[in-house]
Amino acid sequence: MVKRLLSRAYLWLLLLVLYAPVLIIIIFSFTESKVLGNWTGFSTELYTSLFDYSIHHSLINALWNTLTIALIAATVSTILGTMAAIGLFNLRGASKRTIGMVNSIPILNGDIITGISLFLLFVSLGITQGYTTVVLAHITFCTPYVVLCVLPRLKQMNPNIYEAALDLGATPFQAVRKVIFPEIKSGMISGFILSVTLSIDDFAVTVFTIGNQGLETLSTYIYADARKGGLTPELRPLSAVIFVVVLSLLFIINYRSTRQNKKKGGKR
Amino acid sequence: MNRKLSVLLFSRKAWVFPYVAFAALFIVLPLLLIVGFAFTDETGAFTFENFSNFFAQSEAIHIFVYSIGIAIVTTVFCILLGYPAAWILSQSDMNRSQTLVMLFILPMWVNILVRTLATVALFDFLRIPLGEGALIFGMVYNFIPFMIYPIYNTLQKMDKGYIEAAQDLGAAPWQVFLKVVLPLSLPGIVSGIMMVFMPTISTFAIAEILTLNNIKLFGTTIQENINNSMWNYGAALSLIMLLFIGITSIFNSDDKEHSNEGGGLW
Repeated sequence: MVKRLLSRAYLWLLLLVLYAPVLIIIIFSFTESKVLGNWTGFSTELYTSLFDYSIHHSLINALWNTLTIALIAATVSTILGTMAAIGLFNLRGASKRTIGMVNSIPILNGDIITGISLFLLFVSLGITQGYTTVVLAHITFCTPYVVLCVLPRLKQMNPNIYEAALDLGATPFQAVRKVIFPEIKSGMISGFILSVTLSIDDFAVTVFTIGNQGLETLSTYIYADARKGGLTPELRPLSAVIFVVVLSLLFIINYRSTRQNKKKGGKR
Repeated sequence: MNRKLSVLLFSRKAWVFPYVAFAALFIVLPLLLIVGFAFTDETGAFTFENFSNFFAQSEAIHIFVYSIGIAIVTTVFCILLGYPAAWILSQSDMNRSQTLVMLFILPMWVNILVRTLATVALFDFLRIPLGEGALIFGMVYNFIPFMIYPIYNTLQKMDKGYIEAAQDLGAAPWQVFLKVVLPLSLPGIVSGIMMVFMPTISTFAIAEILTLNNIKLFGTTIQENINNSMWNYGAALSLIMLLFIGITSIFNSDDKEHSNEGGGLW
């Protein structure tokens, strides 16, 4: 009994330490003080001024860039990665292994290496770095995860139903759209959501591919801010909002995957 | 002709072509460029100078060794703190532990810079000075979920019968742990080490923020060189890190596959 209690306590203590910084940010997003850790009474002022474009246009622009980059990169990655997974699933032998290995490079590599290698690519090709290069870079590190999300769904699929659709007169394209697509849709959605979170989260790859045309994403904005020493107070409510959004997204993913696991378990 | 073309276009193998082209341009070519830049000077002539420069500078080597040291300390702390947590999680009943594991993984999806800044805020709040200690705390804080998850996964899948058998055969609890549980959970520890050690040696922003730029890690050195247009030297440093990552991951390639199968992070 004591052992149980102690182990419970250990877990909750660890969780408390893990969440303490995030909690502090959230708590102090409800006060107006310029300095973090200084409580000057409850206020939602920061939440209002955060969205005041006249004061914080650079922060709002950075937020807007972050979101659009994430959505574009995740959409392209999902399409590219799904096609790749379908192709890869039907390949055999050395080419399958090689593509699989190349696919895992951006996952295994440190962000900084991926960032620098892409930086050197754009420099060598003489491409001016900016919005497009950041999107391309994000597609590069998101697509491998989409492939890894979709492949297991293809493996679970009954391989005969595609052939059956062809035998029943569907064109290959129709068969893919009407037979394969519904089976792998959940993997694609997980891949998409994962790509969005990875892209929003990214700092190391973005900072090397963003160029010097004045473009900012949230990560680079926060980084520049932190280097100057003082954090813009509005970053507190923003981080709180982001945390809550990410939290909800994760619960959706988790809910989906446990539901699928249950389904899988039922079939067995 | 038309029919043949459509068969080729819609053969499912062909669907991989766009990604192959994309990966060749954005994954393989950039890595080759790192190698290319590392072995040339500004004029593009072949040289070993970048590497001899690195090995001639005691400061650069010092930072490299120091970064590895910090990474090792971080990894050790992650194992010592994460292993018991993973063990406790694997002991509680299924539904409960799933939710708890989720809670441990959650913070790592918050922007790493925001989390680090929040850590700084916490330290300010508790009046603890920033520096090496803060750096290690911040690193452990950022990466411990990556250690708990794979260890939890292997412990979860472990056949509990082995433990009972060992107990029946008269092993003391510490013997059961050292001779049964620990060896069986080794794959989890190894992939945890991969997932903590690798990102730790390549971080740069975290160190700057947590030590007020007083301590430099290897990642910071690379970034500074690239920013100061020392691309060739920066590429050489990246290649050194890449080789280091490569060697470490070769040792672990089998376990990596296992942990991917276990998946479920997403």
